[in-house]
Amino acid sequence: MLSSQIKSNEIIFGSCNKDLLEEIIFYGMGLGADFVEIFIENTDNSSVLAEEDFITSVSPSFGRGAGIRIFKDKKDGFVSTNDLTKNGLMRSVSQAIEMLDITDNKKIEVFKGLDKHRDYSLSKKKWINEVPSIHEISEKLLVSTKSLKKNNKIITRKGSYSRSLQEVIIASSDGTYVSDIRLHQTVGLNVIASDAQYRSSGSRRFGSSGMPHEFRLWDHEKAANDVFESSMNMLYADYVDAGQMPVVLANKFGGVIFHEACGHLLETTQIERGTTPFENKLNEKIAHESVTAIDEGISEGSFGSLSVDDEGMEPEKSVLIKDGILKKFISDRAGELRTGHKRTGSGRRQNYSFAAASRMRNTYIAKGEHSKEDLINSISDGLYCKSMGGGSVGATGQFNFAVEEGYLIKNGKLTNPVKGATLIGEAKEVMPKISMCGNDLELAPGFCGSISGSVNVTVGQPHIKVDSITVGGR
Amino acid sequence: MNSKEITIQISEAADSLNLKKWDYGASFSNDYSVQVDKGEAKQLKASQKQILTIRVWNESNLVGITTTSDISESGIKKALNQANIASDFGNKNERTEFSPLAKDPIEVNDSKKRNPVGIKKLLTLLREAEVKLLESHDSIKSVPYNGLSESFYERVYANSDGAFRSYTKSQATLYLYARAEEKNKKPRSSGSVKLGYGVEDIDIESCIKDASNKTISHLNYSSIKTDKYLICFSPESFLTIINAFSSMFNARSILDGVSLSNKNSIGENLSTKALNIYDDGLHEKNISSSPFDGEGTPTKRLCLINKGRLENFIHSESTARIFKTIPTGHAGLGSKVSVSPDWIVVEKSEENSDLKTSLDHSTYEGEFVYIEELNAIHAGVRASQGSFSLPFDGWLYKNGKKISIESATVAGDIKYLLKNIVNIESNQEVTTSGISPHIWVHELSITGDK
Repeated sequence: MLSSQIKSNEIIFGSCNKDLLEEIIFYGMGLGADFVEIFIENTDNSSVLAEEDFITSVSPSFGRGAGIRIFKDKKDGFVSTNDLTKNGLMRSVSQAIEMLDITDNKKIEVFKGLDKHRDYSLSKKKWINEVPSIHEISEKLLVSTKSLKKNNKIITRKGSYSRSLQEVIIASSDGTYVSDIRLHQTVGLNVIASDAQYRSSGSRRFGSSGMPHEFRLWDHEKAANDVFESSMNMLYADYVDAGQMPVVLANKFGGVIFHEACGHLLETTQIERGTTPFENKLNEKIAHESVTAIDEGISEGSFGSLSVDDEGMEPEKSVLIKDGILKKFISDRAGELRTGHKRTGSGRRQNYSFAAASRMRNTYIAKGEHSKEDLINSISDGLYCKSMGGGSVGATGQFNFAVEEGYLIKNGKLTNPVKGATLIGEAKEVMPKISMCGNDLELAPGFCGSISGSVNVTVGQPHIKVDSITVGGR
Repeated sequence: MNSKEITIQISEAADSLNLKKWDYGASFSNDYSVQVDKGEAKQLKASQKQILTIRVWNESNLVGITTTSDISESGIKKALNQANIASDFGNKNERTEFSPLAKDPIEVNDSKKRNPVGIKKLLTLLREAEVKLLESHDSIKSVPYNGLSESFYERVYANSDGAFRSYTKSQATLYLYARAEEKNKKPRSSGSVKLGYGVEDIDIESCIKDASNKTISHLNYSSIKTDKYLICFSPESFLTIINAFSSMFNARSILDGVSLSNKNSIGENLSTKALNIYDDGLHEKNISSSPFDGEGTPTKRLCLINKGRLENFIHSESTARIFKTIPTGHAGLGSKVSVSPDWIVVEKSEENSDLKTSLDHSTYEGEFVYIEELNAIHAGVRASQGSFSLPFDGWLYKNGKKISIESATVAGDIKYLLKNIVNIESNQEVTTSGISPHIWVHELSITGDK
């Protein structure tokens, strides 16, 4: 018998799995599903930690699994498993069918077989051999942590690297049949500075997708200088006085506020739950006319970029807000089914054990026409947020964000560093108060945790001015 | 393969690769969960998951590690090989060994393990709970965040020295977060979470009642003036803040330079003398209790603060060796072993005569801020610096009235907070993360919209 005639009883990465996938989908449709989707992954990850002048942790991991999703009307059943055999996958389909209580309506005729294989992985198979070795990573991390040792006030120095390589196969009953390989690398530096009773910390993270050589090109000296300066500037800082005031948010990671406070409210999962104030505001003004906001998955090398989303759709560039007017929501398959908003190539998940959901990719406020100095000069008494920490958004839209590195603005000039500031507000109220956008748009990588797990994203913005916001302090 | 067979498989594979010293931790789970939306099933989930973490020691006694979900014969061999390669980069400055307590007797109690009720039963119960919550008050319009799940799992630890431990457990979780809306007011949301060994152990009615009462109690809200206030922490919020600053008790954090404590801090006065804090992972109310940690060390009750003084640190095998003590059962299993608390128990000590016992959250008539729940812990806590600035849900009690606070943060310093505890109420309450009474603190900064 020719090898091509042997039907595999197990998913094999790097081989044609079309027959087996079709058999699984036919099986699900035959049991009465409206729609069957199979997501299979094979991962190869590693992380390295350098502390002071030593490598203290090297953690490789690998694994594989499948997530099978069955839709019936507007509800869905999702089963995940590590068993990639034909029997294992069929068992998962049966379990999903049983959960949804489907007993009739055979829909085999709806499934016409899988389309031509769209293989996005062809040029990416070499990546695993091109990424830096553990040895190479370790050497560079140690050089980086050494660069942080600039005076005796630095008491803790850390450098961390992680790499994830994810090979995926996506097939569904609308004919989708896709393969891809995704590579993400991230590297971060952290310090703690101390002098008598004073303490401060500084951190920066860098990341890329689909660029195996990016870590080699990373300017660790510049990064170390930046982190060191930040920690020194904040070491003797006073606590900020609380109150309402105008603020200027720096570019790059300053965009985390738009991501958390507004971006999440534009995901169709929020419409499904009835938790977004923007649900019925399409083509209405929701922000200051100076604000145009974009979510896309196509910027080359950006941390949130994808060749194809986790539902097999190529990502589009979605203009969410144009000159203050709401234009689009971020949608996935379930979002389109349940809310009517067309898919945007934004169906994403952490791994096979999560069902995909509408998630942001590279999300940013577009650049404006002002310089950073224009924004600061326009404020007589306010706060400049140079570096943002994390934050959160409550179920009713209130957000809060820690300011990692802040400076008072007095009479249009930056003055003393201040610590302990938290920005508090609601997207609906703050978006109309973004009155000026700078001309210095930059992006920064991050991880976003939500309904479908932790996914790689990019946040970004130019410097922006918010006319008034509550600043929490002491 | 069952856990005994996996141990044999690893042992044989290690022999074939000439790896003499190894250990592993594994977890095997089956989880089922449902979500509903206005009476309809929204998403039904089932997952079968296996995770295996293998450590090997090379000839220089350096440790390497690998984690995998592939427990096939080839997967186990690959994991051992990768761990062996990683051991070339093992930490020469801090050796890791087997826990000296990894073979000590442990008590494994499987009697509270429940059987699955199945997806259909979960769905029926959650649908009923959603309906009851929606009917509990006209202003409750939806239950946007809800879920009922049951989980069945086995945890295993074994090593090449003959240690072998395993236990099986079941756990069920119900959460209901309601959203209330009234005309010309902002929507308000609050909820409740209940845990049990199985679905039949969860008090669903009480979860509905708590979620409804909490949400409705926040409907009439007002801004709060930015100022310093007398604070009463709910048991849940006090446990949140203690867990956020648990690096004070954590030997790993001390060695890493990210703790407010140092090696010589044992015996220091951290708080008012009236405060005792224990870590008690085996407490009968701890649904998630584990009889051993990631290194196989038995879990035990440990006093962290005794009459205000720092009494003990929590340890892994390697931190215990460095501190010249024994492991305490708080280790994970990793290339660099993490250390974390299990289940915090807060209580009033015998030396409580200085407490202002008139401060009782149910009877006190003076002005104070009641902090029900702290949010955004990951963003607002600087554990290495001791400071926090956190949004919260709570009320301002003033002139005999209770008004929900619209949007505010509480800021301060953990050392100040612990030393300025002015009352520890007598009644302890069980929460999902531990046990604590209400705790009163003299003056913390509150930032509001006024």
